[in-house]
Amino acid sequence: MRVQFDKLGIVIALLAVYGGLWASFATLKPNRIVQGKAEAMLQSLPAWAGWGLIGVLVLATAAALFRTSPWIKLLAAVAALAALTLSIGHAATFLTPAGNTYARVSPASGFWILLFAFALLAADAITRLDPPPAMRVLFLVVAAAAIGTLLMSGSWNGLSIMKEYSGRADVFWVEAGKHVELALGSLFAAVLVGLPLGILCHRVAPLRDGVLNTLNLVQTIPSIALFGLLIAPLGWIAANVPGAAAIGIRGIGGAPAFVALFLYSLLPVVANTVVGLAGVPRAANDAARGIGMTGWQRLFKIEFPLALPVILTAIRIVLVQNIGMATIAALIGGGGFGVFVFQGIGQTAMDLVLLGAVPTVALAFASAVVLDALIEMNSRVPNGARSA
Amino acid sequence: MIEIDAITKRYDGVTVVDNVSMVIEPRTVTVVVGTSGSGKTTLIRMINRLVEATEGAIRLDGEDNRSMPGYELRRRIGYAIQGHGLFPHRTVAQNIATVPGLLGWERSRIDAKVEELLTLFQLEPKTFGPRYPHELSGGQQQRVGVARALAAEPNVLLMDEPFGALDPIIRAKAQEDLLAIQKHFGTTIVLVTHDMNEAFHLADKIAVMDKGKVVQYGPPAELVRAPATPFVETLIGDAERPFRLLSIARTGAAAEPGEAEGEPIREDRSQQEALADLIWSGRDALPVISMSGSPMGRVTLDAILKRAARPR
Repeated sequence: MRVQFDKLGIVIALLAVYGGLWASFATLKPNRIVQGKAEAMLQSLPAWAGWGLIGVLVLATAAALFRTSPWIKLLAAVAALAALTLSIGHAATFLTPAGNTYARVSPASGFWILLFAFALLAADAITRLDPPPAMRVLFLVVAAAAIGTLLMSGSWNGLSIMKEYSGRADVFWVEAGKHVELALGSLFAAVLVGLPLGILCHRVAPLRDGVLNTLNLVQTIPSIALFGLLIAPLGWIAANVPGAAAIGIRGIGGAPAFVALFLYSLLPVVANTVVGLAGVPRAANDAARGIGMTGWQRLFKIEFPLALPVILTAIRIVLVQNIGMATIAALIGGGGFGVFVFQGIGQTAMDLVLLGAVPTVALAFASAVVLDALIEMNSRVPNGARSA
Repeated sequence: MIEIDAITKRYDGVTVVDNVSMVIEPRTVTVVVGTSGSGKTTLIRMINRLVEATEGAIRLDGEDNRSMPGYELRRRIGYAIQGHGLFPHRTVAQNIATVPGLLGWERSRIDAKVEELLTLFQLEPKTFGPRYPHELSGGQQQRVGVARALAAEPNVLLMDEPFGALDPIIRAKAQEDLLAIQKHFGTTIVLVTHDMNEAFHLADKIAVMDKGKVVQYGPPAELVRAPATPFVETLIGDAERPFRLLSIARTGAAAEPGEAEGEPIREDRSQQEALADLIWSGRDALPVISMSGSPMGRVTLDAILKRAARPR
């Protein structure tokens, strides 16, 4: 049998070679804000661990490079990712001089490149395995549990990002709660308002263009400008509507952030509801009416189920968009992971920025996987058959 | 019985159906033909009130069709359309169970009905019940569409070009099936088509529509013998006239005592088929046999040609 190379595997191998041999693995800084000194892989780790890591990475790269079963590729990717994450924690303990509480160790470019390369390998293997939606969610849960265990075990405690965390553990979880509350709450409100609005736009054709164009216009306002624009009206409401201030409505803080995210979420929800309903086959709709369904029965039994995958797609877009955009809420005192990002930028402490950015990306990624699975479960009918 | 009484439909001053009156006898097949835009679809959609009439009334077994909400009326009237209109997110069994479900039938009664209909339409219930519409062929989808329309045992079945999307071979089969089903349930069928062959094949009575008016309403033979307007004449076609007459008469009706050689023809075949046999085999007469196979005499080329001639 001829040995065959995998095209993506070649890219992964090149990345792995560059990340492992040329780029540096970890950076040692005398304190949290100064420039540090980058160290290569073998300098960052005790000899046994360094060579062990290299061994695992070489094997995983080989699995990526040649055409083999996706299961082997997935296994190789998981092994490489596990070795990398354990090693970077180990590097932190190894590089930090004993008793020095100011020194900080962070992952350097080589680590990130290797992480990216093998995450790519894992994603490619999973795509080729084409697991059913429930299985993908299971993969996500296993990955989350693994990362959780890693964090709990304390093997990363020497890393700079974890040192930033340990000083702010209470605040971190409060801000995490606010972040999720902002992203999910505004999405929930947008679905609550957007779905009926979309249905109304579908049924009343003259409304459609007006509503969609207005929402389009809102979408083009930069988020910071929108926060600014909302200060005056919300401030007025807080001052003049009894009880408004008591439930937290103010010109700055959570309220304008919530309203802005809500407004940005409306367009995808309304537009996809309209598109989804318009995509319901005419004949199915006519038949539904012809065999005696009432308007509501038609909406809930025929139109809505058929439009659901398109509407869920909008919800996925909005959720991922909101999780990212909620970061900016910190600018006007809205809280969320953005607090760490902006503090970090203010203090030029990049590891603090990461403490805000990494959970945001992880959260967005996890919600995308879950919603993609949901969408697939709800669209048993292939797109090609929809017009039948 | 469906009584259509001086029914008119206008859209913004444009008259689509113009003062149409006709009586449709129970347990018959009535075919409404006409060019596109003649108002034939609007006419049958006014029977189940998918379109509300501007003037006039329609009575079903003496009861005005506006005496109940439209959706309740429609649950009692079967409705099948071109391209079947099956719900793509529901299985075949769920599609057929739609109207009984809306009527609140018991689960066991619905399941029994679905199984009965699938069997009747030659779709194995265990195999086809759990499938989705896109997994079926065009002919199967169409049969499921008709089965769904018949699920609540309606007295009346409205069909809007139900076979329009089928290829000729499957269409002929579907037409045969429909006639068999109609006999089985005794359903009154009102069917819209622009295909004259289909109309002659299926109809007890044909209504010809032109510019919103019914210009002639009668048995197929009458349309050929005495077309009411030049439009009806054009629709039937000069060259087709003798063959249309033969196509609606049974061979048995032209049989006479006597002997003939060769392959016999069954008495229920049309005289058009008998003529084709005579020409093709180069014979002057064919033996005729009954449905059970016993001899019934013969049919001669002369007898057939006489019957194809213009009635005097």
